[in-house]
Amino acid sequence: MPVIEQGGTQIWKRRTRRESLLRWFGWLLGVAVFMICWQRISDATTWFFVWDAPRIANDIWTRATPPRWEYITQLGRPIWDTLNIATLGTIIALFLSVPVAFLAARNTTPSRVFIRPIALLIIVSTRSINSLIWALLLIAIIGPGVFAGVVAIAIRSIGFCAKLLYEAIEEIDHGQVEAVTATGASRWQVMAFGIVPQIMPAFAGVAVFRWDINIRESTVLGLVGAGGIGLQLSSSLNVLAWPQVSLILLVILAAVVISEWVSAKVRGAII
Amino acid sequence: MSHRELDDMLGKGWRKPPFIANPKLRWALLAGFVAYLIAAFLTIEVDWARVYAGLDRGWQFVLSFTRPDFVSRASDIWEGLLESIVMTVAASVVGIAISIPIGLGAARNIAPMPVYLVCRGIVAVSRALQEIIVAILLVAIFGFGPLAGFLTLSFATIGFLSKLLAEDIESMDRVQAEAVKASGARWMQYINYGVQPQILPRLVGLSMYRIDINFRESAILGLVGAGGIGATLNTAFDRYEYDTAAAILILIIVIVMGLEYLSGVIRARVQ
Amino acid sequence: MLRLQKLTKTYKTGDQALKAIDLEVPAGQVLALIGPSGAGKSTMIRCINRLVEPTTGEVLLGDTDLAKLGTSALRKARRSMGMIFQEYALVERLTVMENVLSGRLGYVGFWRSFLRRFPQSDVDEAFRLLDRVGLLHMADKRADELSGGQRQRVGICRALIQNPKLLLVDEPTASLDPKTSRQIMRLITELCQERGLAAIINIHDVALAQMFVPRIVGLRFGEIVFDGPPTGLTSDKLTEIYGEEDWEATIEKVEDDEDIEAAE
Repeated sequence: MPVIEQGGTQIWKRRTRRESLLRWFGWLLGVAVFMICWQRISDATTWFFVWDAPRIANDIWTRATPPRWEYITQLGRPIWDTLNIATLGTIIALFLSVPVAFLAARNTTPSRVFIRPIALLIIVSTRSINSLIWALLLIAIIGPGVFAGVVAIAIRSIGFCAKLLYEAIEEIDHGQVEAVTATGASRWQVMAFGIVPQIMPAFAGVAVFRWDINIRESTVLGLVGAGGIGLQLSSSLNVLAWPQVSLILLVILAAVVISEWVSAKVRGAII
Repeated sequence: MSHRELDDMLGKGWRKPPFIANPKLRWALLAGFVAYLIAAFLTIEVDWARVYAGLDRGWQFVLSFTRPDFVSRASDIWEGLLESIVMTVAASVVGIAISIPIGLGAARNIAPMPVYLVCRGIVAVSRALQEIIVAILLVAIFGFGPLAGFLTLSFATIGFLSKLLAEDIESMDRVQAEAVKASGARWMQYINYGVQPQILPRLVGLSMYRIDINFRESAILGLVGAGGIGATLNTAFDRYEYDTAAAILILIIVIVMGLEYLSGVIRARVQ
Repeated sequence: MLRLQKLTKTYKTGDQALKAIDLEVPAGQVLALIGPSGAGKSTMIRCINRLVEPTTGEVLLGDTDLAKLGTSALRKARRSMGMIFQEYALVERLTVMENVLSGRLGYVGFWRSFLRRFPQSDVDEAFRLLDRVGLLHMADKRADELSGGQRQRVGICRALIQNPKLLLVDEPTASLDPKTSRQIMRLITELCQERGLAAIINIHDVALAQMFVPRIVGLRFGEIVFDGPPTGLTSDKLTEIYGEEDWEATIEKVEDDEDIEAAE
């Protein structure tokens, strides 16, 4: 609450009254905005389909069960591709995010005025754009396939990893860095002996965390043609092969659960 | 560690003790990792000629960021962007509103066992299913349009927010809440006076973060027909209209940056 | 050997931490620097090896003015000044041995240090020093597994392996219990004698300083108000240095990040 110190209780009271008025107005505005948004959504919706939805949902459910189990034999290679997209993408992203993080952290950047904003721009722009969009873009540029998926995941992850890393770098204990500097170490030696050991746990944590997220994301990259199991999902959907769709969804669900379990285990082992 | 004498050690080299003490395990892990990398690289199948041909197009795309074209598809961009924002706002409001009771229910320390299990179940399902897959299913059920996108984002918000909210409630200071209970408060009063003040700042912070995520996600839902800017973007890529695509991406980045800035300001004010 | 001439430090906030300090330290002399918090003790020793950039004045080590050196010459000069810190400032996630060897960083190239392939002579010297302070068996332990006293011993080894002419010691006992404090002070002064090192020791504990150190310099508001043997430190002098109102003196414990970075 913005309380101005000069003046006595009365001024302070008036301010709270104004603020409570403002608050009510804010709520009112919020409700109005929500109603407008809802109005727009409702206008763009064919309500006939919505009323029909329970029947359609039921229809899809009966078609999708039971899943076509024997289809799993064709899913081996897509799963392998999905794993590769996530893992290789994460590795590449980690390599690229380290220099970006060092350039972005206030205490290690060579120039706060020129280089830091550029590094921050890289971080925010790669982070703001979903990996599916990166995949779309890369497919337009280098053609469909696993490679586009790897690059898409890598680009999307740079900003994420670099952001967490540079926050870790900014939180390091300056005394340790000072001590290494005092021995007459060069800039790079200070980095290797004073800073890197301090951020290693954060680095390992970020790597595993991001890998887990990337497994999830790489399962759907195929929807736009960037390889992996999403490709099968997409083609099954196109021919309305619901039993295959339900099997693929189960496989994706299993992959997500397993990757979460693995990352939790590894994180527990490191920290 | 055994006591070693100085004379034994002088003249002998010194190696940093390895991270994994057991040499067999160490080499096995290393060899396994290298083998995996090789296998992964071998199966990736990159069409280098295609990639090389794409480099030029990639460069064109990068250049297009210097001359983004907001004008020639202005109405499409505007429609899509507005739809994205509308979906984000509506889904965030509904999602946050629903996730508060579910978050309370999923907190072990204030919810009875049956409620806890149901709420945790909802959270688990919502978190395991990715937005884009949910969107596909909802589009199949409700038809094309922003309603499916709105429902998808609301559903995803519930999983994200309820889980973090529940964790926050579980780690809150029990004494404060018990003091309120001891005064003879009803359950609602207990939540209102004992729990709410403790978690409100974090709830606001998380909600802002989720709004940010919802907007980013709304940009891809259009790829599967669930409304928003994604459809416009997809069309732009399909037609190789990089200038328009660049304009859309710049808009997304700017809005995300704006949201991050806003959430920073709001979080600072609440805490 | 070390001579400070008109050494002045003004922080960006406008606080004058050092006001034209003149001080001479002959080779092999151990000197204690006492004074209330914020008197400029910490700033002064950091100005000597330029972890903090002095504003004006000269820092003469032998014949070279450290205040005027460029980056790489400064690194060479820093090798001859070992520093020991209040909170030990060991790199906690590295082993004891790596921490000691990090004192040789100014002498070895980057890749050698990065791959931890230090020259055999350095490794031997590290072993000898660790043996001297009684921590040889801890060589491969990680630094954060050690107790406070042990960590400070490792800090001493790291400073000594630089083969310095001068030790800069910043509150070596402030985080230690009284008994360990004495042991550490004794160790530092003994090692200085063995190796003929000069040392400047910042210290809060006047009694401890009087016990171990032949020359005491009292600092107040960035000025030297006392310089003499421990016996000359009468209660009048102590009042002059510390005086009751001084505890409220408001030159905060300034650790201006930017200055430290600029020094790097």
